[in-house]
Amino acid sequence: MLYRESGDFSSSYAEDSQTFPIKFDRYRYYFVLFIAIAVIPFMINDYWVNSLFLPFLIYAIAAIGLNILVGYCGQVSLGTGGFMAVGAYACYKLMTSFPDVSMLVHVLLSGLVTAAVGVLFGLPSLRIKGFYLAVATLAAQFFLVWLFNRVPWFYNYSASGQISAPERTFLGINITGANTQAWATYLFCLMFVIFSAYVARNLTRGSVGRKWMAIRDMDIAAEIIGVNPLRAKLTAFAVSSFFIGISGALFFAIYLGAVEVGEVFGIQKSFLVLFMIIIGGLGSIFGSFAGAAFLVLLPVVLKIVGVDWLGWPTDIVAHLQLVIVGGLIIVFLIAEPHGLAQLWRVAKEKLRLWPFPH
Amino acid sequence: MPEQLAFALEVTANGLMAGVLYALVALGFVLIYKASGIFNYAQGVMALFAALTLAGIMDGQVPFSHLINAVFGTDVHHFGWNVPAFLAILLTMVVMIALAYAVQRLVFRHLVGQEPIILFMATIGLAYFLEGVGDLMWGSDIKSMDVGLPQGINMWIDETTFEALGYGFFIDNLDIVASIIAALLVIGLVMFAQYTKQGRAMRAVADDHQAALSVGVSLNFIWILVWSLAGFVALVAGIMWGTKSGVQFSLSLIALKALPVLMLGGFTSIPGAIVGGLIIGVGEKLFEFLIGAPFLGGATENWFAYMLALIFLVFRPQGLFGEKIIERV
Repeated sequence: MLYRESGDFSSSYAEDSQTFPIKFDRYRYYFVLFIAIAVIPFMINDYWVNSLFLPFLIYAIAAIGLNILVGYCGQVSLGTGGFMAVGAYACYKLMTSFPDVSMLVHVLLSGLVTAAVGVLFGLPSLRIKGFYLAVATLAAQFFLVWLFNRVPWFYNYSASGQISAPERTFLGINITGANTQAWATYLFCLMFVIFSAYVARNLTRGSVGRKWMAIRDMDIAAEIIGVNPLRAKLTAFAVSSFFIGISGALFFAIYLGAVEVGEVFGIQKSFLVLFMIIIGGLGSIFGSFAGAAFLVLLPVVLKIVGVDWLGWPTDIVAHLQLVIVGGLIIVFLIAEPHGLAQLWRVAKEKLRLWPFPH
Repeated sequence: MPEQLAFALEVTANGLMAGVLYALVALGFVLIYKASGIFNYAQGVMALFAALTLAGIMDGQVPFSHLINAVFGTDVHHFGWNVPAFLAILLTMVVMIALAYAVQRLVFRHLVGQEPIILFMATIGLAYFLEGVGDLMWGSDIKSMDVGLPQGINMWIDETTFEALGYGFFIDNLDIVASIIAALLVIGLVMFAQYTKQGRAMRAVADDHQAALSVGVSLNFIWILVWSLAGFVALVAGIMWGTKSGVQFSLSLIALKALPVLMLGGFTSIPGAIVGGLIIGVGEKLFEFLIGAPFLGGATENWFAYMLALIFLVFRPQGLFGEKIIERV
């Protein structure tokens, strides 16, 4: 009743193959877009943007990227932190070398640089599979972080070894540095989120995405039916790293402003993004958003409940958070291996029959 | 040049000792992987948890005292006694067996038949969970560990090498003891697997779950046994590393050191874990000494092992001693 799929007739191929063929889904999508673009920017202040919206949007991009690699192409990667660092440092070098160019170009270019690095580290995936590959991507993680720590050229020989974002603009509005407006940074990130989700959604339901999924389900069989594993795996690495690079660049330039690479882009970050897509749902764009929202909200909620209401010391809450996140991962894998996205699918199934279930 | 050569020799010797410790952690991985096909990322955290528990019990700490204090407003922290090392090790082993039982019962029994990668991610979750529980139980401050292992420079080696080469080697007694214990442990495990009933059952399970089940081997029991063994190995590794550098969070990172060892040696091979450990231990120390520190700005130990393993795997995807991967449609 509430979720209706009937009475929705398409009269052209274009209508039939659109992203959301069901009217209800489509209007819901437009509604969410409208709220995100036209309502939220007027209601937020610095606190909301910095503690919730920016991390959510940026992690969502990273989660979409990783989901393409892990969820759609089946190549488990633990190098997300390292690739985000590539995006961040590429963005930093571009920002400082070409101060007059728009941030849009810088962020996209850092995505491309990361894509190239991703392809380089994706090359072994043609020989190495499964766990061996997961461990092999750790090589990228450790090597890249070490590289940015040790080679002074990357951080412009600054004394502290940190990189910090200078003031840069997009369409004449400050979006990095100290003097930024909450709505401007929010909208700038949102733009990339919409772009990533759009591209990812359309790639994964096209021929490229079907090749990825064939490789994921069984690479030998895919090879026999004519999928070129070299191209499929490397495009997955490239697209995935492109998005992860964008998120790394935004994470550094917009969200944090200053970065110490070992701390921010360490292996914990790789696991965090991996957890997002497990909890959200492997192989689902909506799941990437749900997982990112969940893991961004969880520490905030825990902090409010534990520290502010119950008055516990912060270290206990931090430890509890580890326990809860770890426990949730296990519970999700046991109860719902397909994550929050699957819960949403089940809910739709129930809504379709409501109020007269069988 | 003999001076340099002596340095290199010393570095090699130290690398071998470090390699033995890596192999010790890698061993725990191999045990579980062989018997249940689970790639247990939590092995490092298990070592940390075991070391924390041991240190806590020896010190007579009240478990979860921070949490209890925070919830009830009390002020408990110590029972006021000190437990002797031997007894504490036994108690810790009991805790590790209970943990093995709980992990098997509550987690992996529900995940039977899932894809390996799902199991792997479950162990990552387990690692986070255990780390949090360990910190909640015993506090996150750095603890020292002293179970009576000898420490400090070995004078005999120092003097002998000084007389022979004109340069005394600095080799820690602890490393020597650790190597001996690790060697004993490996021999013990191999004997256990070869000559006892449970050991044979374990190998049968490793070979083929269903066939083992059909001849009457209890999978549940074997898996609990294997996790307990891995807990035991973790305890030994935790004691060694804990004595060496204090019981603290970084101890769980030795799992990350053990991963390239596994890749190099093959996930399914106990000799592979040992040889791989030695290669990585010596390789990373020598690389740091010869190339890393003089030319690359140091701290190459973080990634050298991974790069070595990565390059190696491109040529031999199953590792040194791993079973040949045969793929069929």
